[in-house]
Amino acid sequence: MYSHEHLLFLKKIKKNKRYVHITQVMILFLFIFAWQLFADLEIINTFISSSPKNVLETILELIKDGKLWYHIWVTCYETMISFSLGTGLGFLIATVLWWFPFLAKVLDPYLTILNSLPKVALGPIIIIWAGAGKNSIILMALFISVIITIMNVYQSFIETDTYKIRLLQSWKATKWQIYQKVIMPSSLQTILNALKINISMSLIGVITGEFLVSKEGIGYLIMYGSQVFNLDLVMTGIIILAIVATIMYYMINYIEKKTIK
Amino acid sequence: MKSLLKVHHLKKTYHTKQGETPAIKDITFDLKPGEFIAIVGPSGCGKSTILSILCDLLEKSNGTIEKNKNITFGYMLQQDSLFPWRTILDNCLLGLEITNQLTNENKDYVLSLLKTYGLKDFIHSYPANLSGGMRQRVALIRTLATKPDILLLDEPFSALDYQSRLAVSDDVYQIIKKEKKSAIMVTHDLAEAISMADRIIVLTERPCQIKNIHTIQFENRSTPIENRKCKEFSKYYDQIWKEIDFHV
Repeated sequence: MYSHEHLLFLKKIKKNKRYVHITQVMILFLFIFAWQLFADLEIINTFISSSPKNVLETILELIKDGKLWYHIWVTCYETMISFSLGTGLGFLIATVLWWFPFLAKVLDPYLTILNSLPKVALGPIIIIWAGAGKNSIILMALFISVIITIMNVYQSFIETDTYKIRLLQSWKATKWQIYQKVIMPSSLQTILNALKINISMSLIGVITGEFLVSKEGIGYLIMYGSQVFNLDLVMTGIIILAIVATIMYYMINYIEKKTIK
Repeated sequence: MKSLLKVHHLKKTYHTKQGETPAIKDITFDLKPGEFIAIVGPSGCGKSTILSILCDLLEKSNGTIEKNKNITFGYMLQQDSLFPWRTILDNCLLGLEITNQLTNENKDYVLSLLKTYGLKDFIHSYPANLSGGMRQRVALIRTLATKPDILLLDEPFSALDYQSRLAVSDDVYQIIKKEKKSAIMVTHDLAEAISMADRIIVLTERPCQIKNIHTIQFENRSTPIENRKCKEFSKYYDQIWKEIDFHV
């Protein structure tokens, strides 16, 4: 049983946390309220800045057409595919680089170039090569996520505590044993961090791809909306995207918590 | 008595882009069964290099190392290097896993070591929950698990504070003696060397050579902490202190 003083202390922490939550929610409502109010008072032009009411109507319309879930599904599907491929491939390539230091040295400048190159620039080429469809979008997102994964994971591989490696070497461990017993487990945290970065990288890539290909997906909704000057649709797309991104982030967070007890 | 290990005219030169660095010039010594040898010398003189060469982590440049039959080494480093994601038991089993000797019999041996040396309640804990001294004991048990004939201790206590250092060196010494192991310990702490070793090899500055070998004899030899109280202790300390070229 805790002392009275400690209970007060706990209560204070709890109270503080609640205030933070309340303030966060209030900011959101205030923003929506002010947006709607300014729109109603015609302080802002709803034609170029839309309004919460219009957004809500657009969402309901999209639901009625059955298009909303379809576009969300397309974007999520593309993101998941490129995320899995990016993470898997990145991890594999990082392993190969660690295994063959010669290769790592040779490829170092090329990786640096690829990393600094804005991947959007590759968009037109990718579309020509892979066609104006899902493949191009996935490839685009893959390019964006795989390079950063390789670099982060490889960096953490080579920064593994040398004492731990020496210890294993004193038992004449094979390279595979060193990889499996030390390199992999000590890089787990970095790998999980890479997942977090990757999910947003993949989403960025997918939206960029959908802008370029413009057939389906949330990126398409936004692009199409801007082309026909329907700002309601643009705002709706952005808000849906924000929600999707947040859910994805928390999903990865959940996986991280499950992996590291 | 027949020697377990004979090192003849060992020489080591490091090669780097900047040039050649001679680390060991000429080292000759032997180790008898059950003997505890300490190697002392100025810092950076190449003490640790000797141990690395003995357990094949580094190649020697010249000289011979004669090993009695198939003796094996157990290497204990400055840092305990326990794996934070493994439990204490799993940490201790690491060497057996690597050398493919993870039998029930060997596992029981590790468990008995953990029990004997006061870690029974911690076998399923993680290293982060243990004190520095306990971690060092775990590191020693991990080294003992593969039943090496010779223990190579590379400044095993230097990461500990003074109090734990005394206690842990006492612990480790008694574990080594009880398990009837031979050991070569590298240290920069003269008092630690004198209190634990049967013989002390004093090295010169880099590239190191043997300056002198002292046989440590106490009238009533007992544990390292007790040995420090012997009247011979300060005599040895003075002698060896004068032999080491300390540069501040």
